[in-house]
Amino acid sequence: MGRVAIIGVGQTAFVRGYPGSIRELAFEGFRDCMIDAQVSVKDIDASIVCSAPEYDKQRSAAGVLAEYFGLTPQPTFYVESLCSSSTTGVRLAYSLIKSGLHDIVAVIGFQKMSEISSPESQERMGRGTDVQWESPFGTMMPAYYAMFAQGHMEKYGTTLEDLALIRVKAATYGQINEKAVYRKAVTLDMFTDPENTLSGPVASPLRVGDCCANADGASCIILASEEKAKAICKKPVWILGVGAASAPVNMTGRKGFAGLEAAENAGKQAYKMAGITPKNVNVAEVHDCFTIAEMMAYEGLGFAKPGEGKDLIKSKETYKEGSIPVNVDGGLLSKGHPIGATGGSQVRTIVLQLRGEMGDMQVGNPEIGLVHNVGGVGLYANVLILGRS
Amino acid sequence: MAKKEVDDRFKKFGTVSFTAITKTNDFVGYLEQGKVMGTKCKKCNLQFFPPRADCFQCLSSDMEWFEVSGTGTLLTFSKLQYGPVGFEGDLPYCIAVLDYGDYKVFGRIAKDIADEDIKIGMQMKAVVNKLPNDQMNYVFQKA
Repeated sequence: MGRVAIIGVGQTAFVRGYPGSIRELAFEGFRDCMIDAQVSVKDIDASIVCSAPEYDKQRSAAGVLAEYFGLTPQPTFYVESLCSSSTTGVRLAYSLIKSGLHDIVAVIGFQKMSEISSPESQERMGRGTDVQWESPFGTMMPAYYAMFAQGHMEKYGTTLEDLALIRVKAATYGQINEKAVYRKAVTLDMFTDPENTLSGPVASPLRVGDCCANADGASCIILASEEKAKAICKKPVWILGVGAASAPVNMTGRKGFAGLEAAENAGKQAYKMAGITPKNVNVAEVHDCFTIAEMMAYEGLGFAKPGEGKDLIKSKETYKEGSIPVNVDGGLLSKGHPIGATGGSQVRTIVLQLRGEMGDMQVGNPEIGLVHNVGGVGLYANVLILGRS
Repeated sequence: MAKKEVDDRFKKFGTVSFTAITKTNDFVGYLEQGKVMGTKCKKCNLQFFPPRADCFQCLSSDMEWFEVSGTGTLLTFSKLQYGPVGFEGDLPYCIAVLDYGDYKVFGRIAKDIADEDIKIGMQMKAVVNKLPNDQMNYVFQKA
């Protein structure tokens, strides 16, 4: 059985208050990808639509998008795994092609979060946890990740400043990424200035500056069989490894509070399948919904030993010029996090990096890139390893 | 015709409950008696907190209740300054996880414990707590 390649990537700018409906938003990401892939809608054998449905009035958006994009009568279906929905879509597209069922599959991710207010959004996000036994205590995403920050700080002596440095890095690149919702610079002193919004407490120990922003956005990734990819694509990027795992939804089922076991398991699977070690990764996109999430990713993916993630950010090794550049497109922290579109946007960045087309954010000549996309509070995780050859 | 009795006691769990009907409704009945309870599989003896009606290990649904007693070790916590819709009146409040050895318990830390007194590793115990509007939950107090 042949390999599977990514032959096209696209995304919209991630914005607040997109002035259109979900089909129009998703179309912008799709069009960007179709122009990149240089294929027609007739070439696409199937589409997978990824989002978190509780934001939409539309039920089963896959059919609506397929019609709007001209992707009927080909099969289309909907897939959801919270914030990791679109990498779950990539995993499914990979397996559909690998099985020989389809040759070219489009993975379309979108989210229009601005349809509802911020507290309503927090409440819906929070429902991605255990609504029967946890939500009655008044939980929300930042507080769950804050418990991991608290656990990490206790176990390893990580400081608030270490976490803030991750946001400073994100903003360094968010400023130059025209797709990012947050284009401003962030400095460490903003976290300690009581007058600055970023210093405001959200859920201890996390502050406003430790949290990513809601946004509206869409992404699209087109995958193809080896035969098709070689025939129609000048710079295919190959899927070398795919890993996926889950963890108990309720916090009482977790082994510890200093790492996300699902992401660690997904990473191990992906490395094994690709036949590489963390040292072989030249550039990575990790799921930094909160600063602590990126810190845990450094360690969970093996870029640093447990507890030593802080040294990686302090020494700027995860900056563009460092030994393992991470989220040098601004990450979720600056780009924003439109749930269903996020994984596709991460994949897009790594594909553009491997093709050498990331502009001012380009790292030097990478061969292998990694995508780490987490759903819920480490409930679901996908890790993809992509290569130039 | 007599109206069918619906056991929806679970809607009384927490400030806002998102579940009304569950096979573990007796959990709320026990809260009313001042007890925080988990379930134990009668067939394979696996203990569950939060309580479950079904055992994934042996697939049995023959469960018995046990009381969450003794003390647990505080594993982690977070104090919320913002809450979801419906919880605004409770703010600020602390969520936390206790380790009881055979099982863990997720809940809130009692409001009367000062921030500086909350330390990971401290011993705490889960106790029943009454909320406004006849709602109930449990909170962690210093052991």
